[in-house]
Amino acid sequence: MKIEILGTGCAKCKAMHENVKLAVASIGGFHEIKKVEDIVEIMKYNVVSTPALVVDGVVKSSGKLLNVDEIVNILNSK
Amino acid sequence: MFDWLENLSAIFVYQILEIEKESNLGSALSFFIYDVIKIFILLIAIIFVVSFLRTYFNTEKVRVYLQDRNEFSGNILASLFGIITPFCTCSAIPLFLGFIQARIPIGITFSFLISAPLNNEIVIAMLFSIFGWKITAIYIGLGLFIAILAGFIIGKLNLEKYILIPVTPMEGELEDVKIGLSFKKRLDEAWQNTVDIFKKIYLYVILGVGVGAFIHGYVPAEFIAKYSGGDAWYSVLVAVLMGIPMYSNAAGVMPLVEVLTEKGMLLGTALSFVMAVTALSLPEAMILKRILHTKLIALFFGIVGFGVLVVGYIFNFILGGSL
Repeated sequence: MKIEILGTGCAKCKAMHENVKLAVASIGGFHEIKKVEDIVEIMKYNVVSTPALVVDGVVKSSGKLLNVDEIVNILNSK
Repeated sequence: MFDWLENLSAIFVYQILEIEKESNLGSALSFFIYDVIKIFILLIAIIFVVSFLRTYFNTEKVRVYLQDRNEFSGNILASLFGIITPFCTCSAIPLFLGFIQARIPIGITFSFLISAPLNNEIVIAMLFSIFGWKITAIYIGLGLFIAILAGFIIGKLNLEKYILIPVTPMEGELEDVKIGLSFKKRLDEAWQNTVDIFKKIYLYVILGVGVGAFIHGYVPAEFIAKYSGGDAWYSVLVAVLMGIPMYSNAAGVMPLVEVLTEKGMLLGTALSFVMAVTALSLPEAMILKRILHTKLIALFFGIVGFGVLVVGYIFNFILGGSL
């Protein structure tokens, strides 16, 4: 999976990045985690509130700091 | 509604702790205990209700509703959405650019950007806890008035050239955003949000009420009236200028406002002060500076600041500051 975290560098976005790392560690396997901070790139996903979580190019959540369990659920439902 | 609590804290202070009645210490202490518990109960209840209602909205959804709206009705709608949409200052940039991208005029975008922090759940809950629903309703009403009018004026000034990042307007219409959440999930999320906010502000509330209790018990009313200006013409202006750097401390500031109004500060002055604390936020200005020219931000602050001042003066003038 390609997992992207969209955020302009706010505290919530950083916390989200950490949570994603933990979630990926707990589901195992090799996945690409990418932090997207460039606002022009973020706009391309049609997201207007950050942090947002994008999995394989599909926006799964926006404007919310998800906890590790929630991220695991999203990743497992793929 | 909270008489029982007032009696309970009086019994605790005067009978269990055996502090002398009518003493400054007793008065300050029973006020402190009563006020902290009352505010905590109401804070949790109100923030929970507001958070729950907000699970039905998000900024993506608002953007869909605001697309292709006319100027004035768009300003009104955007300001109303500002009340019920969860919004964090840290999202100001994607929100701003995302709205422009959806061809939403800059004035309507600003109406939202003014209304949202003005009506944040902490301020609403604190106002309600301390001043009751009447003042809260007046605050929201006047806040909407400022957001609508300031956004409308900004829209008339042709300021698009001051957006520093080029945004390509999208073609066609946005699709409606569905928020598929179960009732239980909404309750969970609302509760989680309430806990998060409570953890962030409870110390400020205790601190604010503590200082307030001290003033309540020890500082005579004449002193406050003399130094907070009372009905002097400059008191609203001073209140607004003092409110600007206090952003994010609404929870701590509000108990002080309570005591100050009790001791003679006019209500219009107090309302202007609270609005300055929430609407004129320096951190938000710093964030927006990355995508907007300083001139536009200065105009935005100037217009909103002016609106806040006018509201305070009108309120003091009409009601003589009392309600």
